[in-house]
Amino acid sequence: MLGLALVLIFSMLSAWIGEVDPAKFWNGLPRFASYFHDILPQLRLESLGADLEEWFWNLDGWLALLLDTLLVAYVGTLFGAIAAFVLCFLASANVTRSATLRFASRRLLEFCRTVPEIVFALMFVYAFGFGAMPGVLAIAIHTAGALGKQFSEVVENVNMHPVEGLTATGATYVETIRFGVVPQILSNFMSYSLLRFEINVRGATVLGFVGAGGIGKELISSIRQFYYADVSAILLIIIATVFLIDWLTERLRHRLLSLDGAEQ
Amino acid sequence: MTRRIDVDRARLKDRYPETFRTPVLARTVYLAIVTAGAGLAIYALWRFGFSPGKFLDGLGKLGTVIALMVPPDPGSQLWKYVAALGETLSIAFLGTLGAAILALPASMLAAKNVVANRIVHFASRRFLDSIRGIDTLIWALIWINVVGLGPFAGILAIMTSDFGSFGKLFSEAIEASDRKPVDGVTSAGGSDLHGFRFGVLPQVLPILLSQVLYYFESNTRSATIIGIVGAGGIGLYLANEIAQAEWQSVAFLILMILATVALIDWISAKIRFAVIGRRGVVA
Repeated sequence: MLGLALVLIFSMLSAWIGEVDPAKFWNGLPRFASYFHDILPQLRLESLGADLEEWFWNLDGWLALLLDTLLVAYVGTLFGAIAAFVLCFLASANVTRSATLRFASRRLLEFCRTVPEIVFALMFVYAFGFGAMPGVLAIAIHTAGALGKQFSEVVENVNMHPVEGLTATGATYVETIRFGVVPQILSNFMSYSLLRFEINVRGATVLGFVGAGGIGKELISSIRQFYYADVSAILLIIIATVFLIDWLTERLRHRLLSLDGAEQ
Repeated sequence: MTRRIDVDRARLKDRYPETFRTPVLARTVYLAIVTAGAGLAIYALWRFGFSPGKFLDGLGKLGTVIALMVPPDPGSQLWKYVAALGETLSIAFLGTLGAAILALPASMLAAKNVVANRIVHFASRRFLDSIRGIDTLIWALIWINVVGLGPFAGILAIMTSDFGSFGKLFSEAIEASDRKPVDGVTSAGGSDLHGFRFGVLPQVLPILLSQVLYYFESNTRSATIIGIVGAGGIGLYLANEIAQAEWQSVAFLILMILATVALIDWISAKIRFAVIGRRGVVA
């Protein structure tokens, strides 16, 4: 009961601060529907081919930009995963004894994943200039933070017997990790990285809003300049790509996880 | 010392030939995947016009920027920032709450065990996926066209994009719920609606609540940037200060965001434990 009252009070307060205006909403709602109506092109049955061609008039250009977006997500995920791979062992309590090192690497990971990637992108665009590189770096840093945490949770749950065995033979730190820990975690790491890639593809579509490469630049300029048919064409391409990537990574992850099950 | 190991090795190799055989095929496949992955990355870097010199230049510039950030200082705008942060929190709170309320009925449609019709199930799933496929920032741009610039557009944007996520998560939770309580309720003469209300809802409510709290956290992060496109909150100031190279203010804003997110994390963890502890049924 108390909880419900609190939720209500907070809602009222937020509505007041957030300038919620039901009248504006109701007046605007038809515009929301008509917006979707406006952005859809006129397709006539008799001239369907020509209409489609007109709708997707810049398909090659958009696909090239989309490839940029996908590559930004890919390289960002790859670099971020490599950084996370190095940092996650330092952040794991079972393989890193030094509390200071652990604390430092955990705070670093936290910082990397809390600052939104688009904020990093804004700063990197300032430092590196417009283009895809700031986007790659922004995604890489955010990914390092997010994956680093998930990776270290995996590392903290490994079976410690192989590690103890290796330590007993006098193996160095790196050898212990390489032969004791890595074989146990690799498929999990891959699965998490694929999931992150999926998330990063979505994230990379909007990095172009701030000039960090890819399809986002084209999308924001067509929304701002009211090129209605372009907006729907680009949105459709983005949704189709996201579907495709989701589907592919899901299949890959199932393969990986079943592989893991077969080994054990 | 080395000699003895060699002898052991030879004998072991004799006895367990399987273990010592190099798996040529597996190694080749592995090597091919790694090479292809690295090749794609190199192609991407080439496509983006990456050059070490330019990269080092940029890093140097970034170093200057970071040096200029110390000490973080809001200048004369502290209260404006605090008000904007309040706006950000309102956006996250109302957006999450609204999405959760709207997503509950939609998730029933998308749950196999509530609506057994395969076409409805498939259509509602794809509909939710499409909504999720569009980023919050894009939704914000669309809503700005409808209700104008300001935090209200931000609330609606978060609501829309989370509606997709919640719809999916809720329907999965409902599908994973135990069938027996529903059977019990219906066999005692309850309608389907009774079955859902008294059979399913008590099982899934704590799970849904913890998902909502988790999204509230993540939406606080999203709401900090939604202002970049003009949909209210602290993001507008952040984008402006970066554009004007006011690095001390930028650092202060980032610290404010970090502190707020940490606070929300802490509070929602408390609430989550309280809820799960009281129910004691969450698997």
